[in-house]
Amino acid sequence: MSTYRWAAGYIDDGDRPKIVTSRFEYEDSYTLERYHATGGYDGLKRALAKAPNEVHDEVRGATILGRGGAGFPAGTKWGLMPADKYPRYLVVNGDESEPGTYKDRLLMERDPHQLIEGCLIAAYAAGLAQVFLYIRGEMPLAHERVGQALNEAYAAGYIGKNILGTNFSVDIVLHWGAGAYVVGEETALIESLEGKRGEPRLKPPFFPAAIGLYGQPTIVNNVETLSNLPWLLVNGMEAYTAIGTQTSPGTRMVAVSGHVNRPGVYEIINGTTTFRDLFYGEEFCQGIRNGNELKAFVPGGGSAPWFTPDQLDLPFEGRLVGAAGSMLGSGAIMVMDHTTDIPAAALTLTRFYAHESCGQCTPCREGGTWLERVLARVVAGNGTPADLDQLMEIGESICPGDFPHAANEALGLAATPFPYKMTTICFVGPSAYAPVHSALTLFRSEFEAKITRRNSIPVAAIHSTPAPAGAH
Amino acid sequence: MARLNDDNVRLAQEIIGRYPRPRSATIPLLHLAQEQEGYLTQDAIKHVAELVGATSAEVLGTATFYEMFKFEPVGKYLINICGTMSCALMGAEELMHHAEERLGVKAGGTTSDGLFTLEHAECQAACTEAPCLQVNYRHAFRVTNADLDTLIDDLRAGTLDGEIPAHGTLARVRQSIPADKAAGVVTPEQVGAPAWFPAKDPS
Repeated sequence: MSTYRWAAGYIDDGDRPKIVTSRFEYEDSYTLERYHATGGYDGLKRALAKAPNEVHDEVRGATILGRGGAGFPAGTKWGLMPADKYPRYLVVNGDESEPGTYKDRLLMERDPHQLIEGCLIAAYAAGLAQVFLYIRGEMPLAHERVGQALNEAYAAGYIGKNILGTNFSVDIVLHWGAGAYVVGEETALIESLEGKRGEPRLKPPFFPAAIGLYGQPTIVNNVETLSNLPWLLVNGMEAYTAIGTQTSPGTRMVAVSGHVNRPGVYEIINGTTTFRDLFYGEEFCQGIRNGNELKAFVPGGGSAPWFTPDQLDLPFEGRLVGAAGSMLGSGAIMVMDHTTDIPAAALTLTRFYAHESCGQCTPCREGGTWLERVLARVVAGNGTPADLDQLMEIGESICPGDFPHAANEALGLAATPFPYKMTTICFVGPSAYAPVHSALTLFRSEFEAKITRRNSIPVAAIHSTPAPAGAH
Repeated sequence: MARLNDDNVRLAQEIIGRYPRPRSATIPLLHLAQEQEGYLTQDAIKHVAELVGATSAEVLGTATFYEMFKFEPVGKYLINICGTMSCALMGAEELMHHAEERLGVKAGGTTSDGLFTLEHAECQAACTEAPCLQVNYRHAFRVTNADLDTLIDDLRAGTLDGEIPAHGTLARVRQSIPADKAAGVVTPEQVGAPAWFPAKDPS
């Protein structure tokens, strides 16, 4: 077992294949020198020796599922651009901010050249004429590492005009955000990159692959997704798909946080590792803290409907987790032991989404805010019996119908189970409700126990309820 | 004089030159302005608007959307304590209470010496290292009350000046694209597939 003081949080244990974290053991992994010494830019050279469509076929054949949250295969996404519309752009989504998630920050800080090489391979394969690498504002170390790596790569002839003596030419522009969760949504990311407020665009009918940055075909890929490409090009499609399962090949970075003995970021084999392995396995989290009982866990980032010990044996596989009514999202698992105050825990997430609502859609702007306020007064012991129904009613206005969806299989929507109906443009609104719904459905008695007053208190009093840590 | 200084104007023009549309440089330029003054002044917003060819209202509209932009002076050190789920589960609320007591200000407040502003923050992407905080967006992990006391003492004594620049400064390494290496900006007006890319299969 190894942990590295230069990569706090990352745990390197067990004998698993490493695709994206192979250099984390080196303190100087972010330098061009180390990158060269460990096979760096070989993937780009292999790509440039092939025709772009051959490289695209390789990526499509490897079924690299998008690591940002939706899990859409990268190779398929690249194929959705209209054949005759140019220029096309690549926007790299490094605006990681989903509660519980961090892997992109580590990948940018620890192996920026791997990401840059991935960008170049994608640009070559899909004919993308300029690359914009959007890094979350609150990650200055990632800016510095990626900025330094870009400067080194330009000087070495890997980026820019006539890369490695070929007719492949592309610039990579480092761009940075300024703090807004919703900008992680790909159309909001594009709006932000255009210098505007980060408000998601209405879709369908037009996805960024057809109408994106400046109205042009645009691919938005996550940092981890692109970081897989150099390894794929060097080792080939067969080697990539030999890891993991047929539907979920390769590896994934997951962050397990909360009440476990060894919280950490692990690169795991995709599709086979179960939640039980992750929480109790010797090479992973080594059990719940203090020998406590597991009460509940959030399987895929703050937006995901919660699971209980009943789902411990589900593998980390998108379709299966989807069919069970939740999602894998961005690979973030948050674990709660039996001492957890469930309504208060749900409030920390609902408050996050209420705070991060961009304000465009009324159900999210107003609904999220009221979910937070009503839940906050319940948690503070000022709730009324009507409040719990009120919470469900507000949720119904954001996600009408059954939620989450036992019926998604029948609807053919197993891959996108959360949520299948929503009254908002993006997922921030439903995400504010997901923790409330999960907590209320699974642990209603805990809410009821907090309701001590019989008489309704005036609405105005809500504002004077002391908000817990984190409220704005 | 809260417009961008000459050095920053040169830098701003270099940044604008990387984008197909000048307005895309809005957020990077606002960061430059905030780095110069510690917060965004009305003059700076007006200047950025001139540089990117937008109205002041448009730039202000963009700026107010984003959490990191401040419209009044904040302390030299902005302490953001995370309170989202993973940190909350590991004691973020107690840490915030301690910080409030220690600094003598409530969340959102600035100490009278102008050194510290304390804020509640949302997820900072260090969830396994909870509870965490950022000082001017530089992380501290698994922070105990004692760790926080030491951190505040060190910041006051100036011993962390090399690691944590004053509020406003983000990355101290900037991208620089050498003119002789640049592939060049590709604007939407440029038609046709890129040189290396076959639009159709030659077979």
